[in-house]
Order: sequence, then C-alpha cells, then structure tokens
Amino acid sequence: MKICVLVKEVPDAAVQKRINPSTGRMDRSGEKNLNPYDTHAIEAAMQVREGGAVEVDEIVAVTMGPESAIRALHKAVSLGADRSVHLSDDALAGSDINATGYALSKALAAEQPDLVLLGQQSDDGECYTIGAVVADHLSMPSLTQVIKMDVEGGELRCERQAEYGYDTVSVQMPAVISVGDAINEPRYPSLKAIMGAKKKPLDKKAIGDLEIEADRVGEAGSKVACGDFHDPPAKTAGEIIEDEDTNETVEKVVAWLDERKLI
Amino acid sequence: MDFDLSPDHELIRRTVRDFAKQRVAPVAEELDRTKSFPYELVRELGELNLMGIPFPEEVGGGGGDTLAYAIAIEELTRIDSSVAITVCAHTSLGTQPIYLYGSDEQRERWLPRLCSGEILGAFGLTEPEAGSDAGNTRTRARLDDGEWVIDGAKQFITNAGTDISGVVCITARTDAGSSCANGGGVGDADMEVSNFIVPTGTAGYEVGEPYRKMGWNASDTRPLTFAGARIPEDNLLGPRGAGFKQFLHVLDIGRIGVAAMGVGLAQGALDQALAYAKQRRAFGQPISRFQAIQMKLADISTELEAARLLTYKAALLKDAGRSFTLAAAQAKLKTGRLAVRAAEEAVQIHGGYGYIEEYPICRFYRDAKILTIGEGTDEVQQMVIARALGA
Repeated sequence: MKICVLVKEVPDAAVQKRINPSTGRMDRSGEKNLNPYDTHAIEAAMQVREGGAVEVDEIVAVTMGPESAIRALHKAVSLGADRSVHLSDDALAGSDINATGYALSKALAAEQPDLVLLGQQSDDGECYTIGAVVADHLSMPSLTQVIKMDVEGGELRCERQAEYGYDTVSVQMPAVISVGDAINEPRYPSLKAIMGAKKKPLDKKAIGDLEIEADRVGEAGSKVACGDFHDPPAKTAGEIIEDEDTNETVEKVVAWLDERKLI
Repeated sequence: MDFDLSPDHELIRRTVRDFAKQRVAPVAEELDRTKSFPYELVRELGELNLMGIPFPEEVGGGGGDTLAYAIAIEELTRIDSSVAITVCAHTSLGTQPIYLYGSDEQRERWLPRLCSGEILGAFGLTEPEAGSDAGNTRTRARLDDGEWVIDGAKQFITNAGTDISGVVCITARTDAGSSCANGGGVGDADMEVSNFIVPTGTAGYEVGEPYRKMGWNASDTRPLTFAGARIPEDNLLGPRGAGFKQFLHVLDIGRIGVAAMGVGLAQGALDQALAYAKQRRAFGQPISRFQAIQMKLADISTELEAARLLTYKAALLKDAGRSFTLAAAQAKLKTGRLAVRAAEEAVQIHGGYGYIEEYPICRFYRDAKILTIGEGTDEVQQMVIARALGA
C-alpha cells in the first residue's frame, strides 16, 4: 500500500496576520511552518503503517509551493514520510483552489497512491476544500473531517465529525481523506530524524514533468478573481454603564438593547 | 556572513519550541511549586534524542552540533529554566568529560545510557573552599591496592541526587603533597588534579539533602560527600594530572549552554511582558501604548538580539574547531546580566501581578539570578576576557 500525504507551508501561527499594503494580499514574509493540520495527516499515515492491519510500502509527502516549501517537506519526512515530491513552477504562482487541486491531482496521479491523506484545512487559507477538488480530478471517493480511520481489507472505515454527532462511513480505496485534528496527537520529530531528513529523496517537479496544462494553473488559470483585501474594521469602544443604582442600570441596559432592536 | 539558520537548525528550534510549549509549559508551575524533578519530561526528551544533542550518533548521541544544542537549550529556557538546566548540566558538564577524555571502554560503558537519558550525568567541581578558585580543590584521591580511595566534599552539584542519576565526574587531588587540613592550592608546585568517574551507589559516596534555592526549584542540586569511597583504578578520566586543563575546557563548553539559557530566559521574559502589556489596560488604553513601557520592550529586544548573536557566534566557533574561549565567556557575561535585567523589567511591566505566582514571570525572576553566578560568576568571566585581551 502506498500513502501520499498532501502538505503545505503556511505562515506560522504565532505570526500576526496582516495585509501587505503594497500588494493588497496577505503578507507571507514572516516565519513559516508546516500546516499544523497536515502533521495530523502524516501521523495518521504513520499509525496505519504501525497498526499492522495492512503493509504500507511507502509514505510520500507531496507539496506545491515556492522554493521555501522544501522546509515543510523536510519536516514532513522528519515526522516519518519516506520521501517527498515538490511541485514548483513559476507558472503555478497565484493558483486558486481549483487550479491548485488540478495541479496536485496531476502530481498524485503520477504516484498512483492507494490512499491520499491531508489536513482538513490550511492554517492560512482555511478553505477546507482542496481534498474534495483533488478527489474529483482523480475520480476517487472523498471524506472530510475524519477523526477515526481503520483499514479493513480494501476498505477504510472512517468516523467523520458531523454537525450533530459522528457519521461512520466505509469507503473503497483508493480514496482521499482529509483528517481533523482530533484524529491523533502528532509525535515530535526526534533529533536523529531531523538530521536524517535531508538524506531522504526529494523529487522536484515542474508543470512540464507532469503534463500540467499551463493555462489551467496560475493566476490566469484560476477562476477566483481577487479584488482588494482590507484589514477588518477596528472595533469601536463599547459603552460602559456604571452600576450606581441597579434598577437604573437595568433600565439603561434594556433601553440600549431596545434601541438596537435586540429585544 | 549568513544570519539564516539551516533548515535542520530551524526545525530543531521549531520542534523544541513546540515541545516546550505543549509539554513543559503546562506543568512548569507545579514542578516549581512542589520542587519536583521532571522525570517524565526527561524521559520524553531522551526519546527525542535531546539528552545527548552534540554527541555523534556512533556513541549514542543525537548527532547535532553546538549550535543545535544552544538553540534547544534556549527554547527550553524560554519556557522553564529547571528543565533546561537539567539538560544543560547533564550534557555540557556530566556527559562531556566522558565524551572528551574517556577511554573507549569508559565511553562504551557510559555514553549510550547518558545520551538516551536513561541515566543522568553530573559534574563535581565546586567545593566549600573551591568555587571561583576551582583549582583549590581539597578532595583527594589516593591509590590503594589497585583502587582509588576518595575523600572530600563537593557542593552545588546538579543532577547527582535523582532516581536516575548514574554517574558524577569529579576533580580530586592526586599529588602526594600536603594533606587537606594543611591547605595547599594552585600555588603548590607539586599540586596535581585528576578527574574521576564515580558511579552512583559507590560505597562511601553519599548525596546530601537538596538545597533550598531561590529558583531552579525543579532541578536537583545537592552537596556530595566522599568518605573512603573506593572506585576501580581505571575510573581515572584521561591521564593522571590532566584534571585542571580538562575542567577548564569543559567549563568553556559549558558556558555556551548557560549563555543559551540567558538568551532563552530573556526571550521568555520579553514574550510575557509584551503579551501582558498588550492585554493590560490603564488610563483607557493598553499599557503597551505608553512610551515608558515601549522603551523597556524595545531595549530588551535590542539587547537580546545582540546577546543571541554573541552566543551563536561562540557555538559556531566551537563547531568550526576554532578557539571559542573568549566568545563563550563574553556570551556568558552578556546573557546572564541581560536575563536578570529582562526578568526585572518584565516584572515591572506586570506590576503587582509580577510579584505573585499568578504569572510565570515571577518564577523567571527567581530563576534568572543564578545565571550571573553559576558555571563561572560574572567576575570570573571578566577575568577570562581580560586575560584573553592580554591585560
């Protein structure tokens, strides 16, 4: 069995998100990290391997991103992936979800995995949708927000978090599964694993290597048109009602709510 | 010059930072309050190869370098000093002498267990009358019937009295000169100091009760006594009489670790002061908007960056195989003072809340002071620096 894990480099959670005034886009210049949700997907892959119900021959981390995204792959292999694939090409810059999903599906098709895992959302875009887009291109079944996963024969038995309770769903492999952070507690990479990570193979792919059509990716190939981005409006100061006489205070609060038609 | 860390070093920082935030931070207050040694954390650090970072994989170490070690110690101290000093004393002082001077047999016997964190290493240098004047050691070792017999006392020793303490490397006089009672010291022409490996459990070697300290409450610090403690003749570490040179070199290396603690403590103090200042409101706005607070934060941040670069420079010099004695002493001097000042300013920014144990900054303030004293006082660093200048 071969598992591919989709990973993404994102701005570190501790970095304050802000709009770059000169580009009108999110400022991604600060410290970066492997998308924390993806570490749960790698851990899920490791647990399938260690669980012993099925023989896992290979775990491959796959990313699409600029040169710096190598660091995310480096972390992914230190957490247990056997090798990694870096899809990087100037033509891919500015791709939206649809274009990114198409490009990633091409990279995955070349790998022919039995199972594709990914985190349910990225810590920057927070779209929750890339798994479904990739699955559609690959014509594979897709489940989102999975928090328990067992391999039974050629099937996956998954529990997914639903609005009220949990759905238990069986899917045939190959499948694309996006996992929630409740699925496991990811391990920390050991120092030896970190030092050994750069010895693991990293395949760099450009769009030409994967027969990705240039007009379906990048800004031109994207269906999302971005207008201006703005910081959210600053909160205005609230009104403080001093409680000198409680009856009066209650009246003031009721009047305030009434004015705004909240009661 | 390149100020960017390599991807390996970045990932080590990231990993230790995550570990410190997720595993150490939730228990640090309780460990400090109850003065409990962090056995579980040491076990986990061992699993991550962080109990033997700068030693090669061939001897059981993590295969990192001094810079990786400094970064890990910095990130641990940013959250808790007790855990950091446990790793630091174990690595730089406890394991280092055996790695540097041990015979093949001694290295094979001790290093794998030390580097995995299965056992802790300690370094016994300081004595009641030999602190900054470490050469004035009074502990004696004499050969008797194929064994060394050790008599004397050590104090302020880290990591010797835990349930997993395995070994202490100590200095002792091996010359035939004047007895302990008659003094002696560095002035003695015939003085000879040697290092020994003393396993925990050796008859005649006792660890005393833990000290009541100002800080570092979850780390293990005790006096040791040796009363006719007998160890095999081949527990001598390196050549007889090389002890003085050996411990000076071990201390040089140790200073990089302690300097990294100063950087980490100052960074942790700044993190807390900034977070508090942004959240605490006075006179109708967050106190971070007041210049009096901003100036403190700006000064600490600037000093911190300089101190960090000095510490990394010392680590890089060592990794490049160049002389690092001066840089390590300067880094230790700079960072210890900065840690004390940063903790004080951070408490000041916290106001009354900084003086009670509700916020971690109170613990940081207590933990900071030892950094201008331990592993060479500021005054000793100044001696080392002045000597290097040729003064």
